[in-house]
Amino acid sequence: MSPSAALFIDITLWGSVAVLGFMVWRRGRAAALASAREGAMDFINIVPRITLGVIGAGYIAAVIPSEVFTDWLGPDSGWMGVLAATIAGAVTPGGPVIGFSIAAVALKVGGGTPQVIAYVISWALFAFQRLILWEIPFMPSRFVWFRAAVSLPFPFLAAALSMAIGKP
Amino acid sequence: MADLPKDPADNSTNTEAPRRKRKPIGWSMIFIAVLVAISVALVWRRDGIHGVTEILFSDLELFGGILPRVLAGCLLGAFIAEVLPHDKISRSLGPESGLRGLLISTAFGAILPGGPFTVYPVAAALLTVGADFGAAIALVVSWTLIGYGRAIAWELPILGTDFTLWRIALSLPIPILAGALGRIVYGHLHPKGTTK
Repeated sequence: MSPSAALFIDITLWGSVAVLGFMVWRRGRAAALASAREGAMDFINIVPRITLGVIGAGYIAAVIPSEVFTDWLGPDSGWMGVLAATIAGAVTPGGPVIGFSIAAVALKVGGGTPQVIAYVISWALFAFQRLILWEIPFMPSRFVWFRAAVSLPFPFLAAALSMAIGKP
Repeated sequence: MADLPKDPADNSTNTEAPRRKRKPIGWSMIFIAVLVAISVALVWRRDGIHGVTEILFSDLELFGGILPRVLAGCLLGAFIAEVLPHDKISRSLGPESGLRGLLISTAFGAILPGGPFTVYPVAAALLTVGADFGAAIALVVSWTLIGYGRAIAWELPILGTDFTLWRIALSLPIPILAGALGRIVYGHLHPKGTTK
C-alpha cells in the first residue's frame, strides 16, 4: 500500500472512532467507559486468534505457487474457465497485491474478461487468507461458513452478466 | 448521566445491553492451526530454518502494523453497538427488515472506513444487537465487493480504471442478492423462533 493510502485509511478509521466515541461519551460517562471496555476486551480476546492467522498465513502462502493461477484464467476457456477462476480466487495466497496482480497478468496475456471478473469476485468473497486471518477470528464460525455457502453462485452470475453484456 | 429528557422505555444506556459471548476455540481454529503447522514443516524442508525465520519476522512486522487498527476496529464495533438503539437495529436490520434492511447494510458496507479490521468487528457487533444473518452477509459482501477502500488502494492502480469500474458495476447487485439468499436459506434451516 502506498504511504498516502495507508494514511488515508488510518485517518478515516481513527476519525470514525473519535466521532463515535464522542457520541457515546455524550450519553454519559458510565456508558462510554463500559463500551470502551467492551471494545478493549474484544481486542484482547481477538489478538491470540489473529496471531495464529497473521503468523500462519505467511507460511501457507509460501507453499502455494501463485504463478500457476495465471494459466487457469486463459482466453476462450468458457464456463470451465470461470469455474477454474472461481477456485483460483479462493485459494490465491497473500493479500490484495498478489490477487489483483494475478488478475492483471491474466488480462495482459489474453485472459477472458468474464473469467478475470469471476476470479476477482471469487477472491473478494472467498480468499482463504482473509477468511483465516479476519473473518473466522471475529465472526461466529457458523456465520462464516453460511456466508461463504450462500455467496457461491455469485462469481458465476457476474461472469454470466459479463458474457451477456460484453466488454465495457 | 446526560441531562436529556429520558424515554423511560429507553434503557440502552443501562448495563442491560446483551454482553457479547466470547468465542471459544472451535474446530475452525484447530483446522487453521493444523494447516499452519503443515505449511511450516513444508517451508522448513524446502528452505531450512532460515526460510522459517524469514517468514516469521516479516509476518511479525505485519502483525505489529495491524494491531493498532484491530484495536480501532474493536472500539468502532463497540461504539456502534452502543450508539445505535437496539430495538431500532432489530427493526432496520433484523429478519423482518426486508429489502430496506439489505439496502441499508449494503450502503453501510460500501462506506465503512478502514479494512477487514473494521468490517468484521462491526458486523459481529451488529449480529449481537439484533441484525440477522442476511443483513450481516449483505454488509460483509458489500464491503468486500464494492467498498471503496480496497478499490482505491489496490485495484485501481493494479488493474486500471476501466476494469475496476466494470467489475464494481457488475458487483453492485451481489450484496443484496447474497443477503436475500442468506435470509431465505436461513429461514428454511431455522423455521420460526429457533433463531439465536
